[in-house]
Amino acid sequence: MAVGQDILNTLHALVDRDLCLMHICGTHEASIARAGIRSVLPPHLKIVMGPGCPVCITPQGEIDAALTLVERGYIVATYGDLLRVPGSRGSLESSGGDVRVVQGVHKAVEIARRNPEADVVFVSVGFETTAPTVAATMLSGPPDNFSILSCHRLVPPAMQWLLEQGEAQLHGFVLPGHVCTVTGYEEYERFPVPQVVAGFEPEDILLGLMMIVRQIREGVHRVDNAYPRAVRREGNVKAKRLIYEVFEPFDVEWRGFPVIAKSGLRLRQEFEQYDAQKKYDIAIRHVDKHSACICDRVLRGVAQPQDCRLFGKICTPRTPVGPCMVSHEGACKIRHLYEARRK
Amino acid sequence: MCIAIPAEVVEIRDGNTGIVDYGDLMQEVRLDLVDVEVGDFVLVHVGFAIQKLSREEGLETREVFRQVYAAMEE
Repeated sequence: MAVGQDILNTLHALVDRDLCLMHICGTHEASIARAGIRSVLPPHLKIVMGPGCPVCITPQGEIDAALTLVERGYIVATYGDLLRVPGSRGSLESSGGDVRVVQGVHKAVEIARRNPEADVVFVSVGFETTAPTVAATMLSGPPDNFSILSCHRLVPPAMQWLLEQGEAQLHGFVLPGHVCTVTGYEEYERFPVPQVVAGFEPEDILLGLMMIVRQIREGVHRVDNAYPRAVRREGNVKAKRLIYEVFEPFDVEWRGFPVIAKSGLRLRQEFEQYDAQKKYDIAIRHVDKHSACICDRVLRGVAQPQDCRLFGKICTPRTPVGPCMVSHEGACKIRHLYEARRK
Repeated sequence: MCIAIPAEVVEIRDGNTGIVDYGDLMQEVRLDLVDVEVGDFVLVHVGFAIQKLSREEGLETREVFRQVYAAMEE
């Protein structure tokens, strides 16, 4: 940690006022909490997690749509993180249907090939890191009994919403390193706020924080890259091209947010045979929440998990009420795992 | 969700698949999103290589992971 200690000393010398930075990545949150980074930061520097967990920002209506597919007897494949996210009537795990956890979309296609008589639907969540894997799979000609329920979201439109809304009073953003591995950071340069692309080791994160605080001290805003071993300004051009060959952006709701313009990805018309919503005539409905759960405010960075009356009491990783307590990338689950017991 | 792990490409097969070596684990992954050769390092996410890393950077990152895991076991 010698390098980390040097960075930390510099950071302590640089922070001379109250600053609030937001990161938008569950993997960052896990790394920050696991390494106890918050406990060694200057007291004036606050790090909050934004809408960086794709499972957590998937609205209840989309979980309900997945449950409908299970109820109709189809094989539903998805990532393990999504299994216990509560919909209006239970979760995929409690549904009792044929729900299978897969490593990625290509494994769901293998299930479809092995079961030609069955309908197989992949519930496709994820940001720009994950979307190109699905795009590549669509282009490789999956069988007719395969389709996806696209729950994909794009990060920059949510960032734009947060900046315009101003509710969270943010001084800068730590950009998600693996989203930027795919997209690069060119499109973030339009945001008039200090930003840094950071990696996932504790030192990577400290370096990123130092670079942002330097920008703030200098009174400038740009996108610094603290993760050059994986991220280039232009990103992975091939992966980006594939995303937009297969998907098109559309206006969609996020859990905790209203409808955000052009923030979702749906399959283009040429691929509609693989669009589970069209194929099975599934409507996604808005569901109002009626509980004391404050996941919505946690996702917008205006509340911390510990601010919730349910946190650690009714809502625990074993008995999650909201999605942030379910996913390994959810702020509440991570906080419960690493920090709750320190009190 | 957006976890990605560096690995070395040790074999390239037909149909955009290849075998990568994470250090102690070999796995078949999809190579649709990158143009790589045997010996290149890649970042792997949900079974797909999402970006090519330079060899030195790949080895360095793997060493960091190794140190982290060693520290966790202590």
